[in-house]
Amino acid sequence: MDENKTADLEAMARKLRRHVINMIYTAGSGHPGGSLSAADIVTALYFKVMRHDPHNPHWEDRDRFILSKGHAAPILYAALGECGYFPIEWFTTLRKTGSCLQGHTDSNLTPGVDASAGSLGQGLSIGIGMALAARLNKKTYHTFVLLGDGECEEGQVWEAALTAPNLKINNLTAIVDYNGIQLDGFTRDIMDLEPFIAKWNAFKWDIIEIDGHDMGQIISALTKAKTAQSKLTVIIAHTVKGKGVSFMENNVDFHGKAPNKAETEQALKELA
Amino acid sequence: MNDYRDLTTREAFGRSIAELGNSNPDIVVLDADLSRSTMTKYFAQAHPDRFIECGLTEQNMIGIAAGLASCGKIPFASTFAVFASSRCFDQVRMSIAQPKANVKIVATHGGITVGEDGSSHQAIEDIGMYCLLPNFRVIVPADSVETVEVIKAAAMTHGPFYIRLGRSKSPVVYGGACDFQLGKASMLREGKDATIIANGIMVSKAMDAATSLSTCGIDCRVINMSTVKPVDKETILDAARETGAIVTAEEHLLHGGLGSIVAQLLASECPTPLESLGINDVYCKSGKPEDLLEIQGLTASGIYDSVKKVMARKRSK
Repeated sequence: MDENKTADLEAMARKLRRHVINMIYTAGSGHPGGSLSAADIVTALYFKVMRHDPHNPHWEDRDRFILSKGHAAPILYAALGECGYFPIEWFTTLRKTGSCLQGHTDSNLTPGVDASAGSLGQGLSIGIGMALAARLNKKTYHTFVLLGDGECEEGQVWEAALTAPNLKINNLTAIVDYNGIQLDGFTRDIMDLEPFIAKWNAFKWDIIEIDGHDMGQIISALTKAKTAQSKLTVIIAHTVKGKGVSFMENNVDFHGKAPNKAETEQALKELA
Repeated sequence: MNDYRDLTTREAFGRSIAELGNSNPDIVVLDADLSRSTMTKYFAQAHPDRFIECGLTEQNMIGIAAGLASCGKIPFASTFAVFASSRCFDQVRMSIAQPKANVKIVATHGGITVGEDGSSHQAIEDIGMYCLLPNFRVIVPADSVETVEVIKAAAMTHGPFYIRLGRSKSPVVYGGACDFQLGKASMLREGKDATIIANGIMVSKAMDAATSLSTCGIDCRVINMSTVKPVDKETILDAARETGAIVTAEEHLLHGGLGSIVAQLLASECPTPLESLGINDVYCKSGKPEDLLEIQGLTASGIYDSVKKVMARKRSK
């Protein structure tokens, strides 16, 4: 793949989305909505922005990625498999007994997974630790943390948001997959986060607001955040839950439900 | 190690971790606004670039420690035992225990001997909580000399540790050298009639009780079970077989700590009369540490009575 071409990245994102649908259909359970909303961001990170080596998952100089919204594990597995961290044949084992692809990410089992997650709200703190280690170890890697918007209701997220500027962290980027839906309904109805940007602003973070499905905007924001040496950046990515599959888009029901056979066929057709 | 003998366990921790920081550049210390109480202030003074003040964000501190550990650092995260356990249990479970992060949690102000601060600050559930977590090692040193050895062992051994220290000064148990071995109990006194298994501040009280018992002809073994997890099964089973009567004593709830672990082991492998001393399903109140211990029966005479009781049960078997 010519990594520089936006169209190629968009094609890769569609491919990862197909993997997500197939994986969750085969598993019989999982979280399609939040995996699909994050697909473009994860594609940009793994196929364009991050410095990493699939043949050396523990490379000390690699950029780190923490999927703090651990239930979106399938999109990360799709990216890692396509990168070559493990054979894509593993996809069919998702959530099954003995699989290296757990329901939520497990750093013990999956090559390329930098942090275990699943209990929400913890990834940003771990990211601060990784960023501090870079400073102490005199490394130049960058740490990216992907958060869900619902996840931002967890208090620990704001402990971390408060801490990062106090510790003068400048090699960390948070990305919020702002898809507007959580398990029980629309985020604005369950626990409204607005004014969201004002909150991050008040916590002294630099903010970039983007359309989280516009590959050009995603790459430009991630690149800017990674190269800005003096700032701590949060990218607020406006996304659509279930993006790419018409009947999953903005549909609360597909937060944590596997598609049936007919739905899977329809979804794959739309993502072709 | 004579320098450490007269110190509180937390003071011994603070000084020894600062010293270890001299030779090991990977050691990093985190604290949540309590460095002047946990005594990590010494490390902060000696190694300011490797001291991370987290403010009052204990959950966040645990995550930061986990992130540092994943990049090869050896983080020691410190706060009071009550916060190190209940305040951030999910973070410890998800970010440290499950991924086997190389994080050492050193909790001070454990147990009811925090005293006057009252029940909000008296950690009585912490050992049980940490013993529940797979991959964790849980250690309750008997005094300051052993604390220094435990801290060294934790720094050298990969994986998650919970080390529980106190606020007040612990009576000296190890007047000379302490040969601490991870997962190995130490027999402080030989005996054939009964065995007292204790840890933390209860070890010196166990020794006092054994001395009193010897004057009435009872030959009591005393074991310091500083490593609660993984527990030294062989030493417990040997004591059960050789002395036929066991008393446990700990500054913790009866449920979930040393007493529970010994009871489970004995029940499954060598049923033996057992009496357990601890806090019986209550929160304690403000007061002088010694008064609070007295109310809970966590005294040398409490242990003395329990040994008599368990020996009566042994005889009537």
